Amino acid sequence: MKPAPTAGVAPSVVVPAPGPPLVDVQELSKRFPVRGTQQALHAVDRVSFTIERGECIGLVGESGCGKSTLVRLLTRLLDPTEGRIAFEGRDIGAVPARRFAGTPERPRIQMVFQDPADSLNPRFSAFATIAEPLRRLGRVSDRQALGRRVAETADLVGLPRELLGRFPHQLSGGQQQRVGIARAIAVEPTLLVLDEPTSALDVSVQAVILHLLADLRRRLGMTYLFVSHDLNLVRLLSDRVLVMYLGRIVESGPVEEVFDRPRHPYTRALVSAVPVLDPGARRPRIRLRGEPRSPIDPSPTVCRFYGRCPDGFDRCEHRMPQLQPVGPDHLVACHLVDEERP
Amino acid sequence: MSRLLRHARHVIGENPVTLAAFGLLLVFVLLAIAGPALAPYDPLASDAAHKLEAPSRAHWFGTDQVGRDILSRVMTATRLDFAISLSAVALSFALGSLAGTCAGFFGGWTERIVSRIVDTIMAFPLFVLAMAIVAALGNTITNVVYATAIINLPFYARMARAETNVRREAGYVEAARLAGNGPARVVAFHIFPNCLPPMMVQVSLNMGWAILNAAGLSFIGLGVRPPIPEWGIMVADGAAFMVSGEWWVALFPGLALMLAVFCFNLLGDALRDIIDPRRRI
Amino acid sequence: MSAIPLLSVDDLSVEFRTRDGVVRALEHVSFTVGRGETVGIVGESGSGKSVTALAILGILHPSARVTSGRAVFGGLDLLTAGEDRLREYRGRELSMIFQNPRTALNPIRPVGRQIEDVLLRHANLARARVRDRAIALLRQVQIADPLRAYHAYPFELSGGMCQRVMIALAVACSPALLIADEPTTGLDVTTQAAILELIGDLAQQSRMAMILITHDLALVGERCDRIVVMHAGHVVEIAPTAELFAAPRHPYTARLIASTPRPGVTLADLRPIPGMVPDLRGALPACRYRARCERALPACEEPPLPRLTLGAEHTVACRVPL
Repeated sequence: MKPAPTAGVAPSVVVPAPGPPLVDVQELSKRFPVRGTQQALHAVDRVSFTIERGECIGLVGESGCGKSTLVRLLTRLLDPTEGRIAFEGRDIGAVPARRFAGTPERPRIQMVFQDPADSLNPRFSAFATIAEPLRRLGRVSDRQALGRRVAETADLVGLPRELLGRFPHQLSGGQQQRVGIARAIAVEPTLLVLDEPTSALDVSVQAVILHLLADLRRRLGMTYLFVSHDLNLVRLLSDRVLVMYLGRIVESGPVEEVFDRPRHPYTRALVSAVPVLDPGARRPRIRLRGEPRSPIDPSPTVCRFYGRCPDGFDRCEHRMPQLQPVGPDHLVACHLVDEERP
Repeated sequence: MSRLLRHARHVIGENPVTLAAFGLLLVFVLLAIAGPALAPYDPLASDAAHKLEAPSRAHWFGTDQVGRDILSRVMTATRLDFAISLSAVALSFALGSLAGTCAGFFGGWTERIVSRIVDTIMAFPLFVLAMAIVAALGNTITNVVYATAIINLPFYARMARAETNVRREAGYVEAARLAGNGPARVVAFHIFPNCLPPMMVQVSLNMGWAILNAAGLSFIGLGVRPPIPEWGIMVADGAAFMVSGEWWVALFPGLALMLAVFCFNLLGDALRDIIDPRRRI
Repeated sequence: MSAIPLLSVDDLSVEFRTRDGVVRALEHVSFTVGRGETVGIVGESGSGKSVTALAILGILHPSARVTSGRAVFGGLDLLTAGEDRLREYRGRELSMIFQNPRTALNPIRPVGRQIEDVLLRHANLARARVRDRAIALLRQVQIADPLRAYHAYPFELSGGMCQRVMIALAVACSPALLIADEPTTGLDVTTQAAILELIGDLAQQSRMAMILITHDLALVGERCDRIVVMHAGHVVEIAPTAELFAAPRHPYTARLIASTPRPGVTLADLRPIPGMVPDLRGALPACRYRARCERALPACEEPPLPRLTLGAEHTVACRVPL
């Protein structure tokens, strides 16, 4: 289905394959109990979406919106409180996180972390870091075969082979991130989650890593979930985007559509707040009032954005808006959208 | 491995203090291994004719109240003191850090149980607790080792738990889980080895402390019994003679104790630097 | 503009003595800031932008040494002024806000008290009036419920609110110059925009000059009148904002702009900058960008580093400007 990852092979174009979605999330929720009380923090609240094979989905939202929790639920580092996560048709949410390492799905879902310095074990050399998933999940135990695989993966990510013996503190930020990417793709995952992979890197290094990620996706036919707070980056790499706010998805759709014609007031404010280099393209900023609502035991009938929203009317306080289509593949959870319809 | 040795040599040579401490350690290790063979006299041989003689050319450290050569006794005692403290520290390090790491990682009942045990131990003045344990289990050297190990447990358990808590949320721990490691392997290969560097300093300080503890117990008559040479009892025996002017009986074993503890304290930092890969250039 | 600049940094060089050698963190850095002007200093990690700010305020690490240069502020050379003089200036005429607001605030003192500390030290207010002024400041930085915030500890406030408190601390005595070192890195985009707008409004109201230090080109593009581009301890280009983006003259500036993601630019257009920031220890060529530059000439290795003036306020440190 996808070409074998060898260096020097011309990248082939991967078209999203038809068929059932790769990931199908339904009504996924995660609640954390608040210590000392009966309350719960609703980190992720009844989130549903799909990821098709071969596409790159962006996930944006401000801190506290639940993106990190959602990502950890998908990669099975956390157990969901409610809901279903279907991967290639199988319910992977049913297996508890601590036993997921033994399932055949473990190597198919991998992640690249935000802070390369924090995500590499300081006692492991680059070689050991990349070799570990191969040993544990790739069933590669023969020393020579392991060495070969690690070297191939290093070539794929542009990490010079001489650096394989080094420890993380002996590598630059960009090199560390390459090690992190190599580790993630060594077992040839189907779904790769990228959690702000370049936010700890300089702009010049960022461009290199982004090119690398796009190139790898083409070559290895992976599906990406790209989490970022930088909308410009999301626009560069993604096909579709999900906008989260306080644990819920408020808007989703093709990335150009959502960023050029945002329909949810939060998305509009978010897009207007991004600093723009080109003076001609600047738009007036939409100001938001106050602070976000508390995610602890939020009311199920009040829109999470109500109060901060520059608009907002009666119904927003009495009924939680649900995602509904406003265009081809473009969904928005907002009552204002109903008002705008003829 | 050779890289580790090279790095170790670099760390030791970097600092004159470390170098001196390391040299001193080598002397002690030599004495511990070959002490009895190198001693000029039989440490147990008493010689009534030559009792309480001041340091002279024949007896560099003088003789004690039954005529035994103090130098030989100090040299021979090195083995016993080191053996006791090494085994006690190793035991408490192994048990304490394991318990602490599990408590820190798994939380819940594991943590509660470990914490309560640690709290109980720490509620007592530690030396008194050691005395009580030796008195209860029986007055043998093995029990001195156990007692010393038990009273040192809390330091390792607490430190391991704190270090584990810090690292539990680290990116590389999550990455280790993604790489297919179950909880046991994550703790064993990723969390625990990274907790080691800060604990190394503790281990080294502990060695000095354990020697003092063993000496202290034998000072009050628990554990090592005369005529076995051990720095603690030697100081105890010699204390009475301080008043009457025979200072050498207590001084030299006391000096040996002091130098041993000093040496371990100085080596603590060096040991941590050797273990921590971040210090490797 | 022939008005005397508020701050004039001239030929500033700073080095750090470290175990691995001498790090020449800044070399011959020169720029000016006029009254009421907002100047952006932009550069990647290791460019020396933060070191410049700390040098101006005299709060460098003890291992640092200023080896040359002056930083003249209102007639006083800050680099040679004694610590007592500097303490009079810091917090009153000259103040700074830092990147991580939580670590910059004292965690064990309520926020209101920390503002009062500044007021008592510098503003010559009667004790009775200080509390009201502190609450008024909290309101001025758009904290809802300033009375509650007055009593709060930093850990009880969100990142955005902590940053607002730090701004309140910095503008409490209406300084002539505010230095903001990555004030919004780590904050959400919406909070970032609100904070920068707040600072901009405050600056405009009291004709306060500002130095905005960041790695984000788009940020300086939106908020600054002039931009200073730094690379590896050197100032490589200074120009008014519009001119810098329309026609950058230093190869590094052009590359920096070309590698910044923005709408309308696809991934294929995004061109990274080759090479790496040079190691600032050891021998370095006169132009520290030389190794990464496709226009480099052999002459670029030889000192002195040129400073060409193109146009009214546009300077470039390059022998072969674009």
